[in-house]
Amino acid sequence: MIRLVETAFDPGALLSEFTRGRSETGAVATFTGIARAEAGATTVLELEAYPGFTEAEIGKIAEQARERFGLHDLAILHRVGKIGPGEPIVFVATAAGHRRAAFEACDFLMDYLKSRAPFWKKEHGPGGARWVEPTAQDHADRERWT
Amino acid sequence: MARVLLFGPLRDLAGWRERDVEAASLAALRGALAAEDAALGEALGGPGVQTAVDQALVRGDAPLSPRSEVAFLPPMSGG
Repeated sequence: MIRLVETAFDPGALLSEFTRGRSETGAVATFTGIARAEAGATTVLELEAYPGFTEAEIGKIAEQARERFGLHDLAILHRVGKIGPGEPIVFVATAAGHRRAAFEACDFLMDYLKSRAPFWKKEHGPGGARWVEPTAQDHADRERWT
Repeated sequence: MARVLLFGPLRDLAGWRERDVEAASLAALRGALAAEDAALGEALGGPGVQTAVDQALVRGDAPLSPRSEVAFLPPMSGG
């Protein structure tokens, strides 16, 4: 499941749904990314996507993860639009036979989402607005997998 | 005529998000945009800016049909 949503979501409900009905999956790992307030510097986080293209590109990343880690299933849900501090931005869940593959696939997917998925992120705050670009650390994190 | 889409900081720089431009190739399209707005023209060739034609990434030049959708994609940042 790969989905972009414009409204708040409940990571717990997504995890329950993702975990239900599995009898061969020994491990489910999840990651939830949450918008930070940055001590009041960010009041709104605005995320833009390219509908159709964004889902397709995430789909390619997801396919790589499935093959590389032998996943049984995965879910990626990403907010778009305006997001307030404390609200979840992204939810990733991976299902595998054993924990290592599930953990690693989750880590892999997030490293790719941070710097390769077609999203553009703008931080709004009392000091104005600025576009956020991936950091050198984000690129280094992704390079770990090549 | 191609439909041009700008994302992220490119949209703020240009002051528009979507527009139709007369061009038979990507190179001609870049030229037309740069002739109208030099800052945008420079930004489109900036580091990390990728180009998609009909939702597929392309490098270099490409022919455009009257219904092509061209998107300029600055460095991406999700999560």
